[in-house]
Amino acid sequence: MTTTATTTDIPAATGSRPLIARGLLRLTGTELRLFSRDVGTVFFALVFPTVLLLGMGLVIPGMRDPVEGMGPPWEGMQVIHLFTPALVSVAIATVALNTLPAYLAGYREQGVFRRLSTTPMRPSGILQAHLTISVISLLVAAPAAVLAAVVVFDVPLPQRPVVLAAAFLLGAGAMLGVGLIIGGLAPKANVASGIGMLVYFPMLFFAGLWTPGPLMPDTLQAIAGYTPLGAASQAMSQAWFGGGVPAQQLAVLAAYGVVTFLIGARTFRWS
Amino acid sequence: MARTPVIEITNLRKTYGTTVAVDDVSLHVDAGEIFGVLGPNGAGKTTTVECLAGLRTADAGSIRVLGHDPQRDPSSVREVLGVQLQSSRLPGKITVLEALRLYASFYSDPADAEELLDLLGLEAKRHTRFEALSGGQQQRLSIALALIGNPRVAILDELTTGLDPQARRDTWQLIEKVRDRGVTIVLVTHFMEEAERLCDRLAIIDAGRIVAEGSPAALIADLEDRRTFRMRLSEPIDDDVLTSLADVDRVCHVGNEIEVTGTRTVLPAAMLALAELDVVPDEIRTLNRTLDDVFVARTGRDLTADSETLT
Repeated sequence: MTTTATTTDIPAATGSRPLIARGLLRLTGTELRLFSRDVGTVFFALVFPTVLLLGMGLVIPGMRDPVEGMGPPWEGMQVIHLFTPALVSVAIATVALNTLPAYLAGYREQGVFRRLSTTPMRPSGILQAHLTISVISLLVAAPAAVLAAVVVFDVPLPQRPVVLAAAFLLGAGAMLGVGLIIGGLAPKANVASGIGMLVYFPMLFFAGLWTPGPLMPDTLQAIAGYTPLGAASQAMSQAWFGGGVPAQQLAVLAAYGVVTFLIGARTFRWS
Repeated sequence: MARTPVIEITNLRKTYGTTVAVDDVSLHVDAGEIFGVLGPNGAGKTTTVECLAGLRTADAGSIRVLGHDPQRDPSSVREVLGVQLQSSRLPGKITVLEALRLYASFYSDPADAEELLDLLGLEAKRHTRFEALSGGQQQRLSIALALIGNPRVAILDELTTGLDPQARRDTWQLIEKVRDRGVTIVLVTHFMEEAERLCDRLAIIDAGRIVAEGSPAALIADLEDRRTFRMRLSEPIDDDVLTSLADVDRVCHVGNEIEVTGTRTVLPAAMLALAELDVVPDEIRTLNRTLDDVFVARTGRDLTADSETLT
């Protein structure tokens, strides 16, 4: 028996007794093992963003052409380079909108939360476990996509790695908060997946999956900067390719993170 | 056996909006007994035990479980109360042993998972995933999880619903084995045969109220003045011939037989009425009185009318 996960940096939904509730490590480890048995989910959460990036760069014509007429800092880069931050956003959105809500709603549907509330373990333990699993998934999926981009497409290394990491983590927090709200309210797993998908594609649109970085029209860029995934994508793009600290986007992400987690915690239905 | 109440419920009341789920329920459960909560679907059984387990907040009344108040301090009962919930499933991909080890980790002094596997006959299934277990095996695992915390009281809600007759009888034996380990059991069921077979004492609930409480034998003995018989006739008769009689309470058709319930003299009265029509039954047999009859006598309705019947 091994428990592979740690539970730090996750906001506890209900804080009463000790720092880590009895059994929480085992619960997280067990949930991680159950997650690993869900082959389809694991593929989408961990591998899909990298596959999508490689597919776009290797198959779609013109992706390897140099960017022209955009001025610095874009001049001389390949088109696929502009897509890289958007693909990291895909990784965030996939875990936050597809994986997390379906798990949470499914557990409500099956009565797992209700069953747990009769034991000394609080049902919020599963929430903590799955937020931990989401963060672990993102810490695998996003670096994998970045590594593929750097190795296969010669994407330049980030100019401000610390800012990039901050944008990534704040973006993940904001999007997991959205996933928490969806998973907390949807009565069934398939309803949660449906709502997740409805939110997924507009979010990816604002993140620039179709018009990355400077290719997005100015008005649209301004709007996208106030959506969680759009702000995350813009902030990561700036941190990566130069253009100052994306203060506005980081503030937007932090605000989304706080607000969505507060709403999520308040509206979460256990049964 | 020591007669100490481990559970005391007094004047419990719970409403959902304008619906009264539990109107006024008082009961006590003694240490070491199997106590049945019997009633039709929607009678308030599950709500009562949910209040007992601290899952719901009652509107009025008091509850004591082993000296704790689950309403005021739900966490106080979770260590000592094992609960098997109706319609609560496990994740499909968790194995039997993983589920037991997981739930064991929540308690300060858990039971031995291997011993429970043995007790519940699940040794061969230890590495089988929940989704691959049969209905009876899933229910046995559910019992095991209710016992993994070494509870002093276990609540088992509609344990055998949906099981085939053999699995149901196996489960009954298990429950007796668990009781023999010293665990007090509260058994919620709408099968009167199950309650009659297993329970030391029971409470019959209807429309949120207790209509009868006692041992199955004592409750049935109270029905001294009630009789039921079944007969097969060679030619059909109008039910009115029987229902119009003062001695007859109820007439129903079971297969090709007619079942008649009424006073002590229901049988001669019915025979006399049939004789006047020149009808002689091909076959007559009297029926043992059951908890179903207790329910009919107390409520005027049939307990099993709207639920599955045992075969």
